Parts: sequence; C-alpha cells; structure tokens
Amino acid sequence: MVEHGDVRVVHKGGSKINFREPALSIDSRFLLCASGECVKVFSTSTEECLHELQGHTDLVTGVLLRPSNHLQAYSCSLDGTVRLWDFTDGIPIRTYVIGYPIHGIYASAKHEGVIFIITPMHTDTNSELFQLVAVHLPQSGEQLVEARELSAVLSNVSSNPAATAFGREGQYIVSAKPLELEVYFFKKQKSYSFYLKKDNQKGGKNTFTCITCHPTEDCIASGHEDGKIRLWRNFNHKKEYTYSTLHWHHSAVSSLRFTPEGTNLLSGGVESVLVQWRYNQESQRDFLPRLGGAITHISVSPDGALFCTSHSDNKITIIQSCVKVSAVIQGLVKGDGIRTDLMIDPRSKALVLNGKPGHLQFYSLQRDKLLFNLDIVQQEYIHESGLQQFEVVMAAFDAGGSWLATVEERKQKDAELELSLKLWAFDDRRQSFVLNTTISAPHEAQITALCFPHVSDGQTTMLVSTSRDGHFKAWQLAAPAHTEADKGLSWSCDFVGAYHSLVPERCCFSADSSLLAVSFQEVVTVWTPASWELLTTLSQPPGAIRDLCFGRLSCSKYLLAATTSKLLCCWNLLTCSLEWVTSMDVSLLRADPLSENMAAFCFEAGSTDLFVFKPCEPRPLFSHKALCSGRVTHAVFAPREVMLESCDESSQWLNSSQLFFLSPSMDLLTFITKAEEDRLMASNKQLVVSDDVAMTPFHLLLGKHQKQQQDNPQQESSQSVEPIPQPSSSAGINELLQMPAHVLPSASFLCSMFVQSLLISVKDPSASEQNKEEEEMESEKEEEDSDGEMESRISRPEHMPSGGQESVCAAPTLTKEEARKLRRLKKLDHSWMKGLLDK
Amino acid sequence: MASYKPTKIPVYPKLGEKVTGDTLYWKNYKTPIQIKEFGAVSNIDFSPVAPYNFAVTAFTRIHLYGPLSQEPVKTYTRFKDTAYCGRFRSDGQLLVAGCEDSVVRLFDVGGKVALRMFKGHTKAVHVTDFTSDRYQILTGSDDYTCCLWDIPNSVKLNTYQEHTDYIRCGVTSKLNRDLFVTGSYDHSLKVFDARTDKSVMTINHGHPVESLLLYPSEGLLVSAGGRYVRVWDLLKGGQPLVSLKNHHKTVTCLALSKNGQRLLSGSLDRHVKVYNTTTYKVVHNFDYPAAILSLALAPKDKSIVVGMTNSILNIKHQKPSEKAKATAGHARRRPSYRVYSHRKRYNPKLDDYLVSKPVREHLAKYDKQLKKFNVSKALDRALEAGTKARKPEITVAVIKELDRRGTLKNALAGRDEQELSQLLRFMIGNLIDARFAPVLITPAEMILDIYQSVIGQSPVVDKQLLHLQSLLERELDYQKDLLEVLGMLDTLFASSLPKMEVPCSGISTSNGLTLGESTASRPQVQVT
Repeated sequence: MVEHGDVRVVHKGGSKINFREPALSIDSRFLLCASGECVKVFSTSTEECLHELQGHTDLVTGVLLRPSNHLQAYSCSLDGTVRLWDFTDGIPIRTYVIGYPIHGIYASAKHEGVIFIITPMHTDTNSELFQLVAVHLPQSGEQLVEARELSAVLSNVSSNPAATAFGREGQYIVSAKPLELEVYFFKKQKSYSFYLKKDNQKGGKNTFTCITCHPTEDCIASGHEDGKIRLWRNFNHKKEYTYSTLHWHHSAVSSLRFTPEGTNLLSGGVESVLVQWRYNQESQRDFLPRLGGAITHISVSPDGALFCTSHSDNKITIIQSCVKVSAVIQGLVKGDGIRTDLMIDPRSKALVLNGKPGHLQFYSLQRDKLLFNLDIVQQEYIHESGLQQFEVVMAAFDAGGSWLATVEERKQKDAELELSLKLWAFDDRRQSFVLNTTISAPHEAQITALCFPHVSDGQTTMLVSTSRDGHFKAWQLAAPAHTEADKGLSWSCDFVGAYHSLVPERCCFSADSSLLAVSFQEVVTVWTPASWELLTTLSQPPGAIRDLCFGRLSCSKYLLAATTSKLLCCWNLLTCSLEWVTSMDVSLLRADPLSENMAAFCFEAGSTDLFVFKPCEPRPLFSHKALCSGRVTHAVFAPREVMLESCDESSQWLNSSQLFFLSPSMDLLTFITKAEEDRLMASNKQLVVSDDVAMTPFHLLLGKHQKQQQDNPQQESSQSVEPIPQPSSSAGINELLQMPAHVLPSASFLCSMFVQSLLISVKDPSASEQNKEEEEMESEKEEEDSDGEMESRISRPEHMPSGGQESVCAAPTLTKEEARKLRRLKKLDHSWMKGLLDK
Repeated sequence: MASYKPTKIPVYPKLGEKVTGDTLYWKNYKTPIQIKEFGAVSNIDFSPVAPYNFAVTAFTRIHLYGPLSQEPVKTYTRFKDTAYCGRFRSDGQLLVAGCEDSVVRLFDVGGKVALRMFKGHTKAVHVTDFTSDRYQILTGSDDYTCCLWDIPNSVKLNTYQEHTDYIRCGVTSKLNRDLFVTGSYDHSLKVFDARTDKSVMTINHGHPVESLLLYPSEGLLVSAGGRYVRVWDLLKGGQPLVSLKNHHKTVTCLALSKNGQRLLSGSLDRHVKVYNTTTYKVVHNFDYPAAILSLALAPKDKSIVVGMTNSILNIKHQKPSEKAKATAGHARRRPSYRVYSHRKRYNPKLDDYLVSKPVREHLAKYDKQLKKFNVSKALDRALEAGTKARKPEITVAVIKELDRRGTLKNALAGRDEQELSQLLRFMIGNLIDARFAPVLITPAEMILDIYQSVIGQSPVVDKQLLHLQSLLERELDYQKDLLEVLGMLDTLFASSLPKMEVPCSGISTSNGLTLGESTASRPQVQVT
C-alpha cells in the first residue's frame, strides 16, 4: 500500500445556499446567506460572491443583521457559537461562545445587547424539544467571549426558524407549534396561547408552517399546511382574539413576510409563485409565477427595495419591489438524487449533472458557479407534490463536446414508462446546445447506459444505448433516407443487438473506438462497430458485471470489469485471456481520459475506499481508505487547465486530471495535493499584507491590539506569513497614516513625534515613498479595528511599556543605530504619555 | 423567471410518400374535366401552334378541342370505320389520320372533307405522321408495311416491307426530313432513312412495341411495349440505356414534359408514371379510373390529357402559378396617396435611449387555457384546433400534457352529449393510429369509466361507442396477423444468417441472435 500522506480529500464548492433565510443589508447592496460552514456575502447587483465568512466549525443555521449596527451581522451555528462579522469587508469581529447547538437566531432593536436563539432543551440527548433562549451578549473587547447569561423565554418551540417571529417594535415574540400559536409579551412577562383544531371541516390541515408579524400594527400572519394564511388580531386578550383567512396557495405556505412599511404581505410555497397581498385589501394580489423550485424562504431588505426568495433548487432570486426579478444567485442543484452520472463538458470543462427538474446544469468547477441550465424536457413544470415528472436520467457527451445525448423518462412503472432519447448538437453561433433529434420510445424499457465512441477528430456519428428490454441499439448520424437537401443530418437507428435475451447493463468503447464492449449480466460481449459482428465473449462467473471500462493510451488493450461477486477482472483483448483478477467490491470504475490511470471505488465495511491503478500492473498507485461512509456512485475525472508537475509517485495521478466524486450525502469532494494546497493558500494570502512591522512608537501604542490578535487562533493563519523586513523609520509614518483618523490621539500629541520620525527617516526617502504606495493595500486590513476595541486600547495605556519591551526582545534585526534612535524615542515617549495619563 | 412553456407538438414522421418538388409540381393541376367520347380514345395530338388545340381520335371520329373548351371546336366524321392516329403537321394546318379501312385521309384543319385520300395499304393503318419537310406522310399498317407518300401529288414514294408483324407505332425525326422510326408487334424497332431502301438500324425491344418517342435532341429513343419502357441511345448504334419496369400491365403511351426533363408513361394498369430523365426514377404517379390508351401533354405542361378504354377523355389543367396570382392581386390594389411613417420603419439613432417593451408572446388557445389550469376548456380548444387544422397531433399532445399534469380525468368528465360525441368522434378517428394509440388508450379507458353509467341514454353516443368497439376488434385482428408475419420473418432471418463460430474463451455457447434491421422502422405492436 502506498502512503497517501500528502493527498487530502476536500470539499469542493457547490454548497447549499438555501438552507436558511438570507439577510439583505440595509442599503440592499449585499446579501448574506448561510452556506454550509460559512456565510457567503453576495452582491445583489452582480450576483458575485464577495466574501466567504469562514470560522464556524459546523453548519451555519442563521444569519441576521445586527439591529444596532447595520454594517455588522450575527451568524449562529450548530457548533454553539454566535459570531459577529463586518460583512462589507469580510472580517470577524467577535465570537460569542454559547455552548449549545443553535438552530436559529433572532434580535430586535428594542432589546439592545440581547439575542434570542433556539437551542435544544436537553443537550445530552438528540431530543426533538427546543427552547427559545435570550442571551445577553457581554460587552467586552475580547475576540472570544463566553456568553453565560442565558434566560429561557419560551420552551417547547419549533426548531424551524420561520415558526418564530418578533412582533411590532420587539414588544412581543410569537412562536408557532404545530397547532398552537404562542405570543409572549415582554412588558407583561406573560404569554398567551391560541389553539387550532387539527383538521378543519373541509379536510385541510391547520398545522402552522410559518409566521410573521406586521411591523407597525398588532397583526400576526401565519401560514398553514393547507395553503391558508391567517391574519390574527387582538391577541393581547386571551379570549377576544380574531383572525381572518386568506387562501390562494393550494399546498403549504412555506414562508411569509411583511414589507418594512407593512403595506404588503409576501407569501410563497411549493407552487413557486410569489404572492403579494395588499395589507387590508387582501383581494388585490400580485403574482410572480415560475420562479423555479419551491419557495422556501422569503426575505425583505430593511429599506424595502428588494425582496429575495430562496428556492428548493438551491437558488436565491432577488426581486425588486415592483415585482420584477433583478438577479438570480444559483448554486449547484443537487435535488433529491443525481440520476445522471457526473460528466465533464469537453468544451466548457464544466461539471454536468441533472439539476432543476428537467434540466441539465453546467457548473464551473474553477469558479464555483453555475454557468447555465439546459432545458431538456422543454415542458411547463407543474409544481405539485406527488406528480410524476419527466426526469433527465441519462446524458452523455461525445469526445469533442459537439453532441449531447440525453434520456428523459417518466413513471417508474414498466407498463407506462415514457422514454425519449434526445440528441443535441452544439451550435457555435448560439454557443449552446440545440435539439437535433428526438426519438420517442427508443427502447421498450429503461435505458441502462449511453455511450459515444471516442473519436479524435470530433466527427462523432454513432451512439450506443443499452436497455432493460434486452437490446442494445446503435444510432447513426445520417441524412434522411429520402434525400432532401434542406433537411440537415439526424440520428436514426442503425443496428439492434441482443445476446441470449440477457439484459445489457453497461457499454463501453475502446480508446480507438474500434471495439464496443457490452456487458450482458455476467458476460462481456465484444463487437466491432464497423460491421457489427460479435467478435468474442468474455466472462468470469459468477456475478453480474457492475461496471465496465477500457484502458487508455498504452493500456488500451485491457478491458476491466467489476462484478457483483466482489471481483475486479482485467482481460487482455489481444490474447482474449484474463490478465489478472483481484477480489474487491468495486462499486464504481472510472478511467482518466488523459492518462492510463483508473480509479476504483470499493465498498468495504460501510465506507468507500479509493484505489488508483494502471491496468497493466495490478498494484495501486494510490489508495485512500475510508473516503466517506456509504457507497460512492458518482465520480468523474476532470481534466486540469494547467498540468501539475508533481513527481511524487502517490500524487502523480492527479497531474493531468482531478478526480471529483459525490459522497452519499451529496457532497462534492475532490482530492488535493499538498503542493497545490500550499499554492492555493499562498495565493489567498497575497491580499493580506503582513502586520509584523518593526518596533516604532506607534507599534508600542498598538501593541496591545497586536497581542490580542495574536492570541486569537482565527487570526493566526492569516498572520503566519513570513515577515517582510521594513525600514523602521518609515513604518512609523506608515502606522500613523493607516490608522483610522477617529481612533488616533489628537494631532497636537502626535505632531512632534511625527516630525521627529520624519527627521530620522530623511536618509531613506525612497523607502518611505514605497511604503506610501502600499498603504492603500494595508488599510483594508486595518479597518477591522472597531470602536469598541479602540476604546479599550486607549483606556489601558499602562500595559504598554511591558508590551513594548517584549517586542523589542522579539525583534533581533534592529541595527545599533536603530536601537539608539528607539531609545531616544522611548524617552520622548514616556514624557508625552505621562502627560496623557495626568489628564 | 422563465416564461410559460407552450405545449410541444411533436412532429410525427409523415406516413405515405414524401413530398418532393415533383409531387408539388404534378399536384398543381385542377380537378380533371371528363368528356365522354364515342369509343376508346386511341390517340391524342396537340397542335404545335397556338392556341394549341388538340385532336382526339376516338372510334370513327376525330374531335378537335380548344385549350380550355369542353366542347369540340371541330369534328372530322368522314371515316368509314375506326379512325387511328390523328396527327397535326408542324405548322398546324393539316391533319392526317389512318383508318381501319386502310385509307389514309388528309384534312385541312379548317375544312371538313378530306383533302387527300391515300389508298394503297391493304389493312388498317394505325400509324400516320408528317415528315419534318412537311411534304411527305409516313404511314404504317397492319399489312406489315410502312409507306412514304407525297402530299402534293398524293403518290406513294416508297414502301418498306421489313417488319414481320403489325406496325402499331412510328415517329418521324423533327431534325432530319429523311429519318423515321417504326415499331412493330414483331418486337423490333427499325430506323429508316428515306434515301435508302432498307432500314439502317434494328433494335429488339423484346415485346410488341406499343409506343415510340424521340427526345428533342433525337439522340435517345424511348420505346414502350409489354410492361417495359426502354430507352435506347441512337448515337451509339441503338445501345440500350435503361429499361424501366414500373407498370404491371402493358405500357401503351409515352409523353415528354415541357423541357424533356420528365418522361411520362401511361399503361393499361390505369397509372401514369412520371420519370426523371436523368435518374430514370419514378418521381410521381397519377391514378386514373380506367386503362389508359393515350396520353398527351400541352406545351409548357399547361394540361395533361389522357384517353381511356372506357371512352372517357380526362383533361387536367394546370393551376395558375403563384406569381401570376400575385401580380394580378398587386394590380388590383388601389393607389395610395397618403404616406404614413410607420412605427416599425423608424430607425433609432445612435444616442437614442431605447425603452424596451416586454414582448407579448403569442400562445395558442389551448395553451392559454392550460396556463390558467382550465383543463376542460383546454381540451375543448385542442379538439377544435386539431380538427380545424386537420392535425390530430395537436389534440394528442394536449391530451398527453393533461395526463402528465394528472388532470386528464377532470378534463374528460362533466361533458354533455354533444361534447362527448365530439370527443368520441376524435377517438374513433385516431385511436387506431399507431402514432397516437399509446397516448389515446388512457383517455379512452377513462371515458368508458366516467360515462359507463350514462350508456344507453343517448343514441348518438351509443352508436359511436359501438363503432369504436368494432374498430378496436378489427385492429386487434390486424395486430395478430402482423405478429404472425413478424414471427415468420424472424424465422426466415434466423435461418438465413450464417452461423458464426465465436472464438471465445469464457463461455462456449454459440452466438446470439443478431437482428440486422432497425426496429425503429419496425411496426410497433400495441395490444389494446
């Protein structure tokens, strides 16, 4: 076994952005959304991701603007922390450690310094009971703050953050349980509960799904399972409450939101229609239909200029208040299952898989962005649960990327299976795939595999499909039989093959396309596409063939097959004999198109192992035990844009292509070498310029802050770059100029010092100029100094001398002359600092 | 936000013949004019000069028809017996005809009485023609001889006695006054030169020759006899060029279309076939009610005239071309004195700010209803659209769409007698169509489920249901027969394939069945 010390499995993009409600900044320029273990900041106008706020170590479960400072945002996570961020610059400000997994976060302008979180009631067990807890955030300058002042507000609430909402001006908080609405008034410290019957007369379900409160009036809007919206009023009395009902949605309302002025109510559900109700004139409605997947969350910007809706297909739509879509932020759609395999579009090098219902998505791996969706089914999507829809189940690209074959099917029952095979030609003018041929009912049963031959010159004229009906068919690109010049080329059936009425499962063309291997249960048949003759049959019973693959390049004489009886067989096609056999439960076999390497995913004791090998030698080049739990069923080799030049044996297989795979939990994972990782890290850090400057009076002044940052483990990584030696004299000016003006002492204090520093640095004017140029870059870094921290720094100046001495010892590069100057400065330093203290 | 995606109407492969340029050209004729003659129409000849009258030889008369008239403009009745082969001279002034009584008569087109009577044959004269110098007449007779006559002197110039059977066809060269070709029941064609006493070329057709035709260039000679139409290259000494066997009864007549690009042949099998003269493939086919004896095309293909054994003359006139129609329409338009600057003609200038207006997409009526989820109305609109446009695929596509949405049952239910019978009419028309059957079986079952309680209340619906039942029974029988045929064919294919020995290492069983034909074209079998 080869050690795999320097190759690591990492997540690669495509994370969920629709998990929780996104937050819009007050000027509607930014959109924050929870995405896996980080918070992403998008621009609402360009749809680009500006920052990734990283720091949480578990799933982020909520993002919220800080009510008292609109440039900051809270995020909470299952790791039990709440973090405060400056989202415009992507800087973490503070971390509050709560200690319990947090499922939702709320805050109100009225409750200064308090946030409300949803945590499980019992920490030890995975209970289904949750409580709403008020947390007093301690005022502290520390980066890492432990919040201990917790007080339970409501118990037994829903873990769904949409089921809890703050009322008018934060006076009360409303929480919905399945059939109960609970309103807690902060002033009275009292809660009222309102109950609904389980089912109404018409058989609709009254279960609450979401809730929101009117911003200026005492009105609560609640959404229900049967599509009704109830507007509750007069609920500050136990008995005299009233409600009115609005009904448009045909199935559950999943999100409700009032606009900031309270003039409109927005609702959305599985129909994917955003409904805008006029408050108090509920018969007037505006609709925005066909937004995509089911609406899961709606949020409104504080100024009311933008709405945004999250959709079940991992999409956020940004809508202007005039009910017009202005931008769409689309993540990788993973849906409930990947029916097509993972593929790489040879033209755009994008990852292709089925996404939205009836669509193929093209996802750029380099830019981690969805390029576009190709509509395969071309039918109106009916948003209704329980309806059998057409699904894209199979797709294949030819080697040049000029043809795409797709299979769509509807209904799983054999009797009423609707199948169609579509062939798409790439149109250079439109830069997109254009439907060329539709073959309805190409086979009588489900298609199990599709395969184009690998033709080097790009002129593909053949496609092979295998089906459960026991046949495999070859489709040929040809002009129609009745010659008509105006009609272009289209695909038609060329050959139908069968073998002993067995069911073909897999097919594969050899590297030069002169051979076609089709597996019929435990038999591999080898055909020549030129004359459609059966050349030979290969078999290694027992066990049906699960996957089939030809070798590439120098190993193209080998044919590999993985069987269900835990065997991996390799046949030499020149001798038609078995070359080698190993006992492995291979679930997936993939060949790298650019090298001889093959990757075999083996299922072993509940987890999947990876072996990379060349067919000519049954010794793995690389192996990785326990990639992830469960079976890996989708993987693909993606060619790299730039070849790596790693000569290490274990990572050499990653030189020309990268291996991506989907874990059973639908995470897109890939392998990364140590060298590559370092390079990526380095490129990230080029933006962050070192703070490690030499000793100056200003450094002494800031010493406290520096120390504090160094204590913070989060900051360590960004500061661990090797220090850039800078002339000490210019650094003073540098520090002075890059400090925000409002945190500096008054100019009269600084003047003499500043002049002195200038006098000293006279010898080296070029260096100071050079540094001035760098200032702009560095200023970005320094903006993290918020007011709070600055205050604490100024209020404790007595720590400074000790801090300064430490730093002097830590700086060995000072020349004699510099040390002398520094000493002189120190003397001066004390004098003015004394003055400051006396005041 | 995506817009509403309209229902996709699939394009089904066209059943029947493909539409080609030829089909369109030869279909571009009006409904035929049928004229009853006195007997079988044996010959039709167009006058070479305007107004292109044509002479129709039938029984004892020759009728002269104008290009558009349905009544004969002139009749020649001075025949003692059946007349044959009335032909015009190249200036259209004279007409010659043979007769069963062996006398050849020459008429002036204006007169009624024969100008000349050429007597000398002993049996019926079936072939008469003018030579290209316009002063001589060629005749061929059942007495195995053909003669050349001088018109001014009405004397026999020469007699050729080379054929050994009836001479039934002949043609003179339009380029050389001395050349002519005769065809006879002795299976031979003979090319004669009037300057010599003997035939210069003999070609064996293989069957009694019924008709002859020379191409305008006169390099090629077409002969018809038996079921064959043969083309000979005269410049290569009568070398056979192509032999066409597209009729299944004797070919009786030949004609060329306007520029010699299409060859037409009429036959006793009641068909006229049109051949392309470069590929000699049949490009079009006309059906007629009776066996065809004679065929002629007006100059520029303005009309096709066919004579049949049941003494019907069938005239088809070409429809006026689109161009002519368009110019006629243009002339009728009133002159406009006002000039409007139409909005669409306004060209935006460089620094204009364009305010784009949302383009309203046009949706079909059924799509508008589908968009509003009005399923019953959508089905109604689709039924209307399908019948109006004679495109059942529209209705079928909407039914499929409704099925996909899971609302087909709602759309079918709640109909009154009239609406139900409309639906049933559509089902009767299309249920057994192989292209639509897989889709239509579901709604048919649903209709029976929904309306089984009201069966017996309406005679109209009951009648339609019975009709539907009988249709289905017949279809089942067809399918059964087809399956039987398929089974027979499979055995034939399997036995005709050579057994191959497979050099296999793994298993030693023999090769599986390979079917060398495409199942895409194989009839899909539906069992209802």
